[in-house]
Formats: sequence, C-alpha cells, structure tokens
Amino acid sequence: MQIPAALDAVTTFEEKLPGVLQGTHVFRDELTLLVQPVDVPRALQLLRDTKGLVYNYLSDISAVDYYEPARGYGDYGDRPERFGVSYHLLSMLYNRRIRVKTYVSEDNLVLPTVTTLWEAANWLEREIFDMMGIRFEGHPNLRRVLMPEDWEGHPHRRDYPLGYETVMFSFNVDEINRHKPYAKE
Amino acid sequence: MGVISSKLGDLGVVTTTLDTAVNWARTGAMWPLLFGLACCAIEMMSTQASEYDLSRFGMELNRASPRQSDLIIVAGRVTRKMAPVIRQLYDQMAAPRYVLSMGDCASCGGVYNNYAIVQGVDEIIPVDVYVAGCPPRPEQLIHGILTLHERVRGERLKNWVVEGAR
Repeated sequence: MQIPAALDAVTTFEEKLPGVLQGTHVFRDELTLLVQPVDVPRALQLLRDTKGLVYNYLSDISAVDYYEPARGYGDYGDRPERFGVSYHLLSMLYNRRIRVKTYVSEDNLVLPTVTTLWEAANWLEREIFDMMGIRFEGHPNLRRVLMPEDWEGHPHRRDYPLGYETVMFSFNVDEINRHKPYAKE
Repeated sequence: MGVISSKLGDLGVVTTTLDTAVNWARTGAMWPLLFGLACCAIEMMSTQASEYDLSRFGMELNRASPRQSDLIIVAGRVTRKMAPVIRQLYDQMAAPRYVLSMGDCASCGGVYNNYAIVQGVDEIIPVDVYVAGCPPRPEQLIHGILTLHERVRGERLKNWVVEGAR
C-alpha cells in the first residue's frame, strides 16, 4: 500500500481552516498549536482525518492552572487565561506527535467535548472536570472519576487547600488527641 | 475403654480453663481478610509466603469475605474514597474482630499528609495493634501479629457481655 506523503500541520491549517490557528510553539522540535476553545473539535478532527497528517491516537488530555497569585506576578504572565488545556495526539502512521493547546477563562469554564471524535476522551475529560472543574459541553457522563461523588472543590487547582494536618509529636500529642476524631467501635 | 485410651495414645487427662481453650483456638486460626491497599500489601503477602510462613500461626488463609475473617490488616494508605468501604467491611465482620494497622500510612497518614488520605485508619475503625515502618518488614508484621495474639490470650469470657462485640 502506498502511504501518502506526510504533510505539515501548519500549512494544512492555513489551507483548510484559515483563521483557526492562533499561534504555534516549538519546544525541542515538538510542535504545539494554539486554538480557541470553540475550535478544538474541528481542529482535532482536521488533524485526525486529513490524509498526510493522520493523528489518529489521542494519548492524553492535560490541564494546567496558571493561578496568578501563586506565580507572583500579574495577569498570568504570558498566558492569556487562567487555565490551559492541551490535547496530546500521536500519529501511528507517521510516528510523530503534536499538541493542540487552548486557554479557558476562569469566568466561562466550558470546553466542547471531543468524545464525539475519540471514545477514549471520556475518562480523560472526567478527570479534568474532577481535578480542575472545567466542564465539557456535550460529554455523555460528566461525573467525578477519582474523588468521591460528594466531594467539594477541585483538588488540582492552585488555590485548593492541601488539607495538611499537624504532625503528632510527644509535646503536642494531648492537644491533638483532644480534637482528633477517633472511631468508637 | 481400652479402645479409646489406645487410640488417644494413653495421654491421660489434660485440664485447662475455658478462657485458655477459647483463646488458644482464636489465636491458632485467626484468619485475616484478603485486603491490601498499597505497597504494604506486598510485604503482607511475603509474610504469608514460604520465606516467613505465617501458617506457623494458622494465619496463611486469607478469606475474601469479611464474614469469614477475624482480623483485618489495613495494609496501606486509606484514601477518603476508600474509607466508607473499610468501615463497611469492618461492620460486616463477625465478632470477635481485630484490626491491625500496618505501616505508617495506615497508622497516621505517613508521608501523605494531604486532603485525599485519611490521617490514620483509627478515625474510621478502632485499631488494636499499630505496626510502624514504611513498609514494615515481615518480621515486624509478625511481631505485631504476635502482640495481638498476646492481647487475645489475655481476654476473659466474663468480659464478653460487658465489652459487647469486642
């Protein structure tokens, strides 16, 4: 079988979806494409279904919290919004990888789901919802996947309290034992 | 008469107290629950395997049902999501039931001092013996189990009613 020649992702975007690409970023010869949240599904579909690209495997979806007070300087630095979400794709045909990144505003924490393209996105998006609180529009079953169902808050946010408890030593054992809830039968 | 004595090997008569007999039976076959949470469970398994051979104390048989087990070895860190499961397993165990908290994580949270881990399984179920270590070596676990056996040997029948299901 003749395998079509590999295409460049950026030029394909300029041909097929002009205006969708907000920018690119290259780190260690690995390309990252920046798009708007609404454009994520069609950008990923273009990468998956175009001959010469065939990024057919969604290896991961990850989310980052660029919480401004934790960084120490204003306005999320060079990040336009508080949350960043990246989609990691692998082309099994051409053996190369690509990332599609988008920024989500704190005020409107909604992304379109990509479970319509990859079934595997189901639990990945549930994990991001659980840990970061980003909702995915159109997801078939958006529940918590790691934390208990009745958990409050989203633990991987930078402003989430760590839940640290005072370590018990011999000098404060009485003090702690007064408050610590021990099970009684 | 002669038939019975010769079958028993002419051992004569042994007298003991009911307490001792019951406690001997309990310590001699204290079946643990088949329950491992993290890396401590690996050490628990190796304690039961041929090298350390927990069957010397009649404890080689892990029961997969809490209704058939006498001892729950909490081997590993207890997440807040796992906590209700442990409580339910403990409630399903028949009295007398014993709890051994194995390792630092189960005893006090260990290095996992954060929101997701219960800071000591004694917040959920009452613990009889704590075993320190990260993870404890099989010798330490055996020492903890023998400590529990010693405790069980000290129990008295007359306290059963008073202490309830303990």
